[in-house]
Amino acid sequence: MSTQETREPLVEDEEAPSGAIGAATVEHETLSDYVRGRIEGLRAGELGNIPIIIGIILIAIYFQSRNSNFLTAGNFDNLIVQMAPIAVIGMGIVFVLLLGEIDLSVGFVSGVGGAICAVLLLPGGASIPTAVAIIVALGAGLCIGLVQGTLFAKVGIPSFVVTLAGLLAWNGVVLEIVGSRGTIVIQDSFVNGIANNSLSDTAAWVVVEGAVALYAAIQYSAVRGRKRAGLPNVPTSLILIRIGVLAILGAFVVIVCNSARGLPYVGVLMIGLMLFWTFITDRTRFGRHVFAVGGNAEAARRAGIRVDLVRIAVFGISGFMAAMGGIILASRLSSVDTNAGGGSILLYSIAAAVIGGTSLFGGRGTIRSAILGAVVIASIDNGLGLLNVSAGTKFIVTGLVLLAAVTVDSLSRKGRESAGRA
Amino acid sequence: MADQPLLQLKGVSKTFGAVHALTKVDFHASSGEVMALVGDNGAGKSTLIKGVAGIYPFDEGKIIWEGKEVHISGPKDAAKLGIEVVYQDLALCDNLDVVQNMFLGREELTTLRRMDETSMERKARTTLKGLAVTTLQSVRQPVASLSGGQRQSVAVAKAVMWNSKLVILDEPTAALGVAQTRQVLDLVKRLAQQGLAVVLISHNLHDIFEVADRITVLRLGQSVRELKVSETSQQEVVQEITAGELSHVPGVVPEEVVA
Repeated sequence: MSTQETREPLVEDEEAPSGAIGAATVEHETLSDYVRGRIEGLRAGELGNIPIIIGIILIAIYFQSRNSNFLTAGNFDNLIVQMAPIAVIGMGIVFVLLLGEIDLSVGFVSGVGGAICAVLLLPGGASIPTAVAIIVALGAGLCIGLVQGTLFAKVGIPSFVVTLAGLLAWNGVVLEIVGSRGTIVIQDSFVNGIANNSLSDTAAWVVVEGAVALYAAIQYSAVRGRKRAGLPNVPTSLILIRIGVLAILGAFVVIVCNSARGLPYVGVLMIGLMLFWTFITDRTRFGRHVFAVGGNAEAARRAGIRVDLVRIAVFGISGFMAAMGGIILASRLSSVDTNAGGGSILLYSIAAAVIGGTSLFGGRGTIRSAILGAVVIASIDNGLGLLNVSAGTKFIVTGLVLLAAVTVDSLSRKGRESAGRA
Repeated sequence: MADQPLLQLKGVSKTFGAVHALTKVDFHASSGEVMALVGDNGAGKSTLIKGVAGIYPFDEGKIIWEGKEVHISGPKDAAKLGIEVVYQDLALCDNLDVVQNMFLGREELTTLRRMDETSMERKARTTLKGLAVTTLQSVRQPVASLSGGQRQSVAVAKAVMWNSKLVILDEPTAALGVAQTRQVLDLVKRLAQQGLAVVLISHNLHDIFEVADRITVLRLGQSVRELKVSETSQQEVVQEITAGELSHVPGVVPEEVVA
C-alpha cells in the first residue's frame, strides 16, 4: 500500500498561519526548550526511565553500605550473568505486554528449551552439532509460542488461560524430557561458554565502542534526513550528550569487567538482542502494528492490520525468547534438572518488564525496560544473597519492589490522565 | 456535477439472521457534493456505510463505482477504490502519535524495509496544513493528548490522505462542542470544494442544512426519499424520518425493535 501516492496539499489556506504545526517553540529546537518540555512532561506523569534509574542507584547504595563486596568488579560480572536469563525472557514478555496480554508459560517453556538443548548434546547420544541442538531448542520454543498464540488469537481463548494451561503442560514436558536422570550435565563447551566465558579485553572494547559508534551513525543519519526534509529536529547538543553518556557508560562497563573475568559473552548477546528487538519495535511495520493492536485492536483491524497474525507472531517471539533464556540458564548452571524453568524465573521475567516501565495495560513499553528491570531484580537477588538472608525474605523484598514499580506506573498513568496525556 | 454519480447503490439488502437491516436500498454520492444520510436509530445508516466500506458485504444488489459494477469484499477493496470511512469512534490508537495514526496499516518503507518516518511526517504535515488543521501543537504528540475536535480532524486527514474519492463521515460532530463543531463543518465543506464526494451521517439537521447538498432519508432499512437541501425544510426532513412512506411494510415486527 505504500506505493499509493498521497494527496497534494488540498488548499493553501491563506488564513492558516504557515508552519503553525511544529513551530520551533513547541518542538524543542534548543536544549533548554527540550529540558523545559521534559520537565513539563514529568509534571504530567511522563516519568520515562527516571524512577528506575533512581531505584537502581538506591539499591546499589544500600547493598554497598551493608556489604562492601556488592560493588566489586567480580560481582558486577556475576550480576550480568544472573540478569541475562531474566532480561532475555523479559524481552519476549515485553511484546506480550504491549498487546495487553500475558504469557504465564515462559518459565517452563524456557525449561523445555534448556532441556531439549541438553538432551540433544548428551555425550554418547545423538552426537549432533551444537548449533543444530540450539536451533532445535529455539525452534521448539517458537513453535510452542505459535501454538499458544493461535489458540488465543484464532480460537479466542483468553491468553491467561492458554498460557496457564501451558505452564502446567510444559512443566510436565520438562519432567518427561529430563526423566529419571534427575539432572543432565552439559559438557558441550560452546553452550557452557555462553554464560561462563568472557570476551578478551580488546574484543570487549571493540564490541562496545563499535556499538556506540553505530548508534552515533544512526542518529546522525536520522538528523540529516529530517533536516533535508525540512522537519524540526531534536537539538544537536542533546544527541551529542546522549552519545557521550552512552560512550562513557560503555567504557565503564568494559573497564570494570576487564578488571575481573572480562565481559561475559552473554552480556553481548543480551545487548545484541535488545538492539535487534528495539529495531523491530521502533523501526518496522510489524513493531508499529504490535503497538496499534495493544492500543486499539479494533482501530488496527479497520486499518487493515491482520490483528490475529500479529498476536500469533508476538506469542511466537515470547516462546522463542523463553527458549533462549532457558539455554542461557542451562549454560549458567552447566546442567538442566527436573526443576528447570520453575521457581522464580517466570515471575522475575514478567516483573522485570513491568519494573522497567512496560505497562500491563498494553500499548506502552520498550524492549530496554526488560534489561533495566532485570538489573533491579538481579541486584536485589544478588545483594540479599550477599547479606545471607533467607529465600523467603528475598521473595518478600522482590514482591514489594514489583508493587512499588506498578504503583509508580499506575500513579503516573493517573497523572497523565489528569494532564490529558493518557 | 458529473452526469453520473461516483458511487451508486442499486437495490442493496442486508439481513442479520431474521433482521432485515437493509431492504432494496438505492443510494448515490457524487463528486464535489455532500450527501447527508439521515434516519432514526436503527434505520440502517451504519449498515449501509459498512457495506460500502467492505466491513460486511451486502447480500444482494449492485455497487456501481464510476459507472462500473464493483465488488467490495473487504476494507482493502474499498480503500483501493478510494473509499475512506471516518467512524464515529474515529478508530485512532491513543498510544500512537498523529503521524503514526495517519499512516496506520500503510506505513511507508525505505528500501531496507525500515519505516520511512521522515517521509511520513512530511506528508502528514502537508495534508494537515492543506486541511487548515492548525491547532495541533506537534504531529508527534500522542492522540491521547488531543481534544475531540483535533481527533476528528486527524481522523479526517487520515481519510483524505490517500487520494480518496469518497469520504464517509459517521456522526463527526456528535461528541463536539460549538467551536469544535464549527471546525469540523468547515473541514467537511472544504473536502467537497476539493472535488471529493462526501457522505455525512448526522442526527443534527442544523449541521446538515449548513453543509449538505442533498439528503437521503432512510427509514426501517429502506430509502424513503431523496431531497435537495435547497428545496426542502428541516420540518419536511423530520416528517420523512419519522413517517416516510415505505414501499413495502416490513414483514416482522421485531425489526423495529431490534434493528
